[in-house]
Amino acid sequence: MLRMFLRRLFLGAVTVAIVSIIIFSGVEMLPGDACTAFLEREAKGKLLENCREAQGLNRPAVERYIDWAAGAVQGNLGVSANGQKSISELVGARLGNSLLLAACSLALGVPLAIFLGVVTGLWRDKPIDLTLSTMAIFAMTIPEFVSATVLILLFSVWLGWLPGIVLTPAHAPAAEFFPEILLPVLVLTMVMTAHILRMVRSSVIEVMAGDYVQMATLKGVPYWRIVFRHALPNALLPAINVVALTIAWLLGGVVVIEVVFNYPGLGRMMIDSISDRDLPVVQAIALIVATVYVGVNLSADLLTMIANPRLRTLHMRRK
Amino acid sequence: MTGPVLDIRDVSVGFTGKSGATLPVLRNIDLQVAEGESLGIVGESGSGKSTLALAAMGYLKRGLRLLDGSVAFRGQDMFSRTRQELEKIRGGELALIPQNSGQSLTPTLRIGAQLIEALRLHSAVPGAEHVAKATELLGQVRLPDPQAILSRFPHELSGGQQQRVAVAMALAGEPHALLLDEPTTGLDVTTQAHILELLRDIARDRGMAMVYVSHDLGAIARVCDRVVVMYAGEVVMEGTTRQVLKSPAHPYARGLLASIPRLADRHLPVALDGRPPAPGDAGDGCSFVDRCALAQDLCRSQRPDLTALPTGELARCFFTDQADRVSRTMSGAVPVEIKPDGATALQLTDLSISYHQPSLFDRVLGRSDARVATVDEIDVTVRRGETLGLVGESGSGKSTILKSIAGLLPPAGGQITLAQSEALATVVENRPPDHLRRIQLVFQNPDDSLNPRQTIAEILEQPLRLYFGLTGQALHDRSVEILDRVRLGGHYLDRLPSQLSGGEKQRVAVARAFAADPEIVLCDEVTSALDVSVQAAVLDLLNELKEKQGTTYIFVSHDLAVVKALSDRVAVLYQGRLCEIGPSDQVYATPSHPYTEVLLGAVLEPDPDTAPTLAADDVVELSPPAQGCPFQRRCPRKIGPICDSETPPWHQTADGHAIRCHHAITDLAAAQAGQAAE
Repeated sequence: MLRMFLRRLFLGAVTVAIVSIIIFSGVEMLPGDACTAFLEREAKGKLLENCREAQGLNRPAVERYIDWAAGAVQGNLGVSANGQKSISELVGARLGNSLLLAACSLALGVPLAIFLGVVTGLWRDKPIDLTLSTMAIFAMTIPEFVSATVLILLFSVWLGWLPGIVLTPAHAPAAEFFPEILLPVLVLTMVMTAHILRMVRSSVIEVMAGDYVQMATLKGVPYWRIVFRHALPNALLPAINVVALTIAWLLGGVVVIEVVFNYPGLGRMMIDSISDRDLPVVQAIALIVATVYVGVNLSADLLTMIANPRLRTLHMRRK
Repeated sequence: MTGPVLDIRDVSVGFTGKSGATLPVLRNIDLQVAEGESLGIVGESGSGKSTLALAAMGYLKRGLRLLDGSVAFRGQDMFSRTRQELEKIRGGELALIPQNSGQSLTPTLRIGAQLIEALRLHSAVPGAEHVAKATELLGQVRLPDPQAILSRFPHELSGGQQQRVAVAMALAGEPHALLLDEPTTGLDVTTQAHILELLRDIARDRGMAMVYVSHDLGAIARVCDRVVVMYAGEVVMEGTTRQVLKSPAHPYARGLLASIPRLADRHLPVALDGRPPAPGDAGDGCSFVDRCALAQDLCRSQRPDLTALPTGELARCFFTDQADRVSRTMSGAVPVEIKPDGATALQLTDLSISYHQPSLFDRVLGRSDARVATVDEIDVTVRRGETLGLVGESGSGKSTILKSIAGLLPPAGGQITLAQSEALATVVENRPPDHLRRIQLVFQNPDDSLNPRQTIAEILEQPLRLYFGLTGQALHDRSVEILDRVRLGGHYLDRLPSQLSGGEKQRVAVARAFAADPEIVLCDEVTSALDVSVQAAVLDLLNELKEKQGTTYIFVSHDLAVVKALSDRVAVLYQGRLCEIGPSDQVYATPSHPYTEVLLGAVLEPDPDTAPTLAADDVVELSPPAQGCPFQRRCPRKIGPICDSETPPWHQTADGHAIRCHHAITDLAAAQAGQAAE
């Protein structure tokens, strides 16, 4: 088991390393560099030459990659092109904000989604299932910016219960984001609950129609005991992976929500940096998001392995 | 308590079809099971036998509903009980042993937890003694090391062990009656024989009533007193086991008997052509009319009642007096014996195959793996026009060898030679088209091997286009011709696999193989997924094609009788090693390798007068022993340390029969003759 874990960890690290090379080469291939972005219209002649000299941009790409990678491993992502601030600090604050948003949405969404998924699965084709499943489809298909706007209209413009936009600065402590964060959390929860609910529902239906549930029924096991002891531990296994993907999505892929609510998260910073042509920051964020993807998927696989006796013993026997 | 344990009265079960009409799955079933009696329910897939067994527990699968009638277990109507009352009866007084225990045990719960759950729900055993009682139950079903099994998960047990756990779980509630839904289907012959003996003993010791549902008349013959034959959702015949299996009065039961291949008969089984009507399609007449040799006008217009005959059996037929006209023995074709002309079709030289491929990780680190190969030391020469049967239990490597010949699994060592001297590339991608064409493979399950989105025409045209470059009218004509050859006809071309019955699908799979005009056809358990009546038809077809085309077959099956029906020569495999090889007649007769002896002894004949002999334990071995004889751990004729340490030599007789054993052939012959005399 430990060997398996170390092995997966190693493979994960290799993946991140390969992704970092791709990111670096991608940025490298773009026309312009940190200096042209920083100097803007003055980026020519001596001034550009000097800047490149100062930034070490004249060195070969391989050397610069090694420098960058070595720094990244130690937590130093270099300095931004605009303003020459430490990227680690800039991104750190935004990552913290994104984590806060993700944590709140997960805390609300995952239990809700699993609960509703189980309810719809068990009462398949009954009115409650039809209602919830239809709502889930709506939540999934309506674009986030539309539902966000509708919620702003409802809760902040008409009812005036919640602030419609985040005004707290990026570096503020987590507590200060309340209650501003609630509306974005609500929108994210809606979307992700819909996804997880539908997956849990089909998984529950499949397991409940399975042979071992029929066997438990014919063994005289009371219904709720079947649900909790025989069915759910099996039905919820696939949910682990879906939740993992959702986490990765929440940390790097919710730009639209961040823009609509003016939330200072990682995704918005990425967009801002792209439009500012601040390539070192873009590069850093891309690397962080990739690492998060690899990390959560790795944790999900390991969790599944621990939770599923079939996989667990398979790897323990393989020595 | 007097009266029947189980009283099923006029039960009809059905579902609502797409058109809104109610389609019956069970029609007016009347059935009583007495205290301590064991009743067999026989029928082909779709006959409603499993639905009937589950209905006896007051349970219907999703979508089905009780249309009429009542089911009473010890006087209690099962369909009017509350959920709590049913929970008390199910698993308590009335227990089920399911078909596939591997899937019927909850994968995330340990065996102990599942067994103790049954004890907690249904026994008076106090909680503190649950573990001890569970251990005792596992011991009663003859599982070795019950203590250890309690802490295992279901997937860590073999199929036979899982089935025993299911039996133990059913016994936990000390039931009055056991329902068994195909409890040995899918198990190896030896395991099946052991489980059946166990069930017989348990039922006798405890005086339990049993309802044994199976398509396997051999198993029924072994455990049942009385048999009910079901067809298209109704009972067509009922009688004692002897009446039903020896000389049944219903033509369907006779046809079924004739379609079973038997060890003692050189004829091919007789196919029962056609298929049962789908629910709701039975019409006004007898549901068997389309497949019946005795059918007359009366049978089409009127549905016969289940009537008692003077002998005491019940049959749903107007012409039971003429039943003798339908043969119940195998008067089918005699398998063609094409004298192999001596030319070599395929040669396997010292073939070894290992499933364990070094991982990328190991290869990067330069580690090698010194594990015992899955299949090893296979030396076989197949002559042109010959059928070589490969038999052995699951895990014996028989399908693995086929995959290697087909190029789907590169061997670890050795040579595969086509015809006289054409070495075959190990990987299918590296083979020239001509080699690909000459070797064709037919898979076990046509549902998996035929693309469900392609029409039969598309499926057949692929090899024709690929190997012969046919197009247009020529392509069409050739497809029709091939379909005719497998007795399907051109009107099947536009159909999709889902519109065909199981037997028809397998014929398409055979047709696809023959479309390439192959020299060698590899048949991997081609009849295992089919009903017996359909199996007979496929065997007959393969035999006919062999006669017409002179094709060489390598025929893999776990069913010894099926292999015998078709093979000229048979090779017996254990743990990926050859034990015995020779002409079919000689391999199936003594003297034989101790493993062959064990296998043959475990075969169940559909005859109440025969009994299997269980010579060896049905322990499942996961990997072959590192040295010595592969069969050393289970061998009933083990000599001693020599079997553990030295690879046994081949003993060969003049007519090409070879046995690999430390015993001399004469010793085996003497020992086995002595046993037969006892």
